[in-house]
Amino acid sequence: GKRIVYIKYQIFAMYKADDDLEMTMVCHRPEGLDQLEAQTNFSKRELQVLYRGFKNECPSGVVNEETFKQIYSQFFPHGDASTYAHYLFNAFDTGHSGSIKFEDFVTALSILLRGTVTEKLQWTFNLYDINRDGYINKEEMTDIVRAIYDMMGKYTYPVLKHDAPKQHVDAFFQKMDKNRDGVVTLDEFILSCQEDENIMRSLQLFENVI
Amino acid sequence: MAAGVAAWLPFARAAAIGWMPVANLPMPIAPTEKNKRQDELIILNVSGRRFQTWRNTLDRYPDTLLGSSEKEFFYNEETKEYFFDRDPDVFRSVLNFYRTGKLHYPRYECISSYDEELAFFGIVPEIIGDCCYEEYKDRKRENAERLMDDQEDNKDAKLPNMTFRETMWRAFENPHTSTMALVFYYVTGFFIAVSVITNVVETVPCGSVPNQKEVPCGERYTVAFFCMDTACVMIFTVEYLMRLFAAPSRYRFMRSVMSIIDVVAILPYYIGLVMTDNEDVSGAFVTLRVFRVFRIFKFSRHSQGLRILGYTLKSCASELGFLLFSLTMAIIIFATVMFYAEKGSSSSKFTSIPASFWYTIVTMTTLGYGDMVPKTIAGKIFGSICSLSGVLVIALPVPVIVSNFSRIYHQNQRADKRRAQKKARLARIRISKTGSSSAFLHSKRNGLFNEALELTSSTEEEQRLSKSTSLLESQHHHLLHCLEKTTVSESADHRSVMSSTLRNHEFVDEQYYQQSYLEGGLQNYPSRSPSLSSQDGMTGTCCTRRSKKHHTPLPNASAPAHMQPLTHTHTHQQGLQELSTIHIQPLSTSRSSLNMRVDDPAPLNCQSSQITTAIISIPTPPVTTPEGDAHLPAGPAHQNVVKVSAL
Repeated sequence: GKRIVYIKYQIFAMYKADDDLEMTMVCHRPEGLDQLEAQTNFSKRELQVLYRGFKNECPSGVVNEETFKQIYSQFFPHGDASTYAHYLFNAFDTGHSGSIKFEDFVTALSILLRGTVTEKLQWTFNLYDINRDGYINKEEMTDIVRAIYDMMGKYTYPVLKHDAPKQHVDAFFQKMDKNRDGVVTLDEFILSCQEDENIMRSLQLFENVI
Repeated sequence: MAAGVAAWLPFARAAAIGWMPVANLPMPIAPTEKNKRQDELIILNVSGRRFQTWRNTLDRYPDTLLGSSEKEFFYNEETKEYFFDRDPDVFRSVLNFYRTGKLHYPRYECISSYDEELAFFGIVPEIIGDCCYEEYKDRKRENAERLMDDQEDNKDAKLPNMTFRETMWRAFENPHTSTMALVFYYVTGFFIAVSVITNVVETVPCGSVPNQKEVPCGERYTVAFFCMDTACVMIFTVEYLMRLFAAPSRYRFMRSVMSIIDVVAILPYYIGLVMTDNEDVSGAFVTLRVFRVFRIFKFSRHSQGLRILGYTLKSCASELGFLLFSLTMAIIIFATVMFYAEKGSSSSKFTSIPASFWYTIVTMTTLGYGDMVPKTIAGKIFGSICSLSGVLVIALPVPVIVSNFSRIYHQNQRADKRRAQKKARLARIRISKTGSSSAFLHSKRNGLFNEALELTSSTEEEQRLSKSTSLLESQHHHLLHCLEKTTVSESADHRSVMSSTLRNHEFVDEQYYQQSYLEGGLQNYPSRSPSLSSQDGMTGTCCTRRSKKHHTPLPNASAPAHMQPLTHTHTHQQGLQELSTIHIQPLSTSRSSLNMRVDDPAPLNCQSSQITTAIISIPTPPVTTPEGDAHLPAGPAHQNVVKVSAL
């Protein structure tokens, strides 16, 4: 009886197009430690620490978007971090597979924490460019900024005005859009950021996080 | 922020890069790590089982023992590990809490030991995960109920100063506390039974007077029944008034269920006395007599089972309510259906919907009297559906009520059993206590004996003796010794030997105390003991020894004898050694014990290496009178019991 049940379950699982079911049956293991060390800017020990934290939250070896949102939201209890987490997830998930493996995770972290300024700015541009068309337009930027403001939550002092994101976006475009064509390209972005001292300084802020 | 995701903090901080280009203001300075040390493994040794974890894991919860600096108190320098002398099984759950962020409660674990461990490690039980929280709360509640039961039993203990009122109330509530209460209890029970039987027999037809129809006994023997009723009501009234008087809170007593039952039971009689003449209300008066049957509820004071039943019904009120409600719904539905189904048939008994209620109830409870029967086919179909559904609707809430009753009943059984076992338990505790105190007395004599041995320096004996008490025991006994020594009180007169004593208050055995009190009244037997052969020598040694030692005097004794050697010899010569039959150490079995009960006369041979002991009682010489002779030992009514070691 038991064997038959198992087979029935497998057949059932085949037809079931549920992400979660696949997720629990899939268990991903990362490439070897040496390979990862070569590919990223982390030492073996740092990779170990990162992996332990990763595996603790995601025993199956991959993070799906729900879990990702959950984890990220725990750091921002006041507001709603799910939208921003969604954009982050897409930025991390370079292969667009719907799940983040440890390699993706560590690669992104390597850029963010140990990468060059250009790499970091490139990554950030990728984050802002939601539809991956190479340009950031005002709608995309408004979405991003609104997502950031959502993380603040309702209870702020002074109270956030409703059009605060819009004003913020306008200021951003004022600074970044050099040729006033309504979109920001990668080069414009990198150039504008390099001119801004505040941004340059803040990019170095989280260098020694690990 | 949950500590479990603490490991993801670097990621969250890295992801903040997305805000940077958008920000208009400069960012605050990042905190620097003061001592950036690598994560290290720490070893937690819990009763021999070694657990290892990262230091960071424990740091996730800084307000617990393991997460704070409190664990440094348990650090062992030599082995470089933290040692806890606790239960390793429960520690597993504790450590898993740090690792996973969820605290689980294992089912096989005792609730109070688990609570203790949590309290030790500084973890609040409220954070137990949802998976285990129900179980934990249930077990905790059960345990609390059990403890409360135990405490309630203690209330039975008689308080020293109770007023008459309080005594009476206690007698009413717990009949087994005194004989009077028990008598009262049975008498009231008897009268309740009599009253109920009277009410029943009153209505039985009692033989007929010729040319008249059968009359019930009540009308035939009116006077007898009236007297019986009066007597019962008298008793009940007196009882009620006494209870009212004795109650600690009269207002609360009057509101309680039992008192209301009492009142309702006796009120009809009084109302009957008042209004016998009035014709109009005599009808109501007849109705009132029905309330006399409430006297049967007075039995619930006498029966535990009845009380449990009542309590069960009270606690199942919601289930009963649901039962009633669903039955009502079903009755109305089926009555309506039956009425309209049977409307067509002629001479149908289903004249109205309320008339159909009777049919529905009888059918649903599967009684089926048969006085109303459907005749049409539709009626029969619906009738059968009605009876089937009735069975279901009634069967559903009943198991809940039954299980409630069973639980409460078993709890009561358990409480009774525990109460019975408690007596045995207390007895055992008392035995062990007396055992330890007699061990002390025992070792004291051994101690005396050890001192004796020092003089003769027979070392092997000494070793053998000292082995019988462990270090802990000997330290404890030393403590008791010190206490004895502390309670030294000097008597007034220093000059007379008789009264110049430094009286120790010493611990004595209970039996010895009582017996010595008794024997103090006895006369002394002037008999000659054959063992006086080496009297001189023995006296000498005895005296030296005795002068050094303290003895166990009687509580009322002053022991002057050994103070003056002169007197002592004198006593000895006069005196009469007798083997006392005072039993003190029934349990002592060691050969060297100074056993107060001596079965055979021990040879008082000072030179022998075989140590035998004897208790020598030196009776008061009949010649001396207490007032006159200051030299002689002691007063009239005591014996000197002096322990002598014959070597």
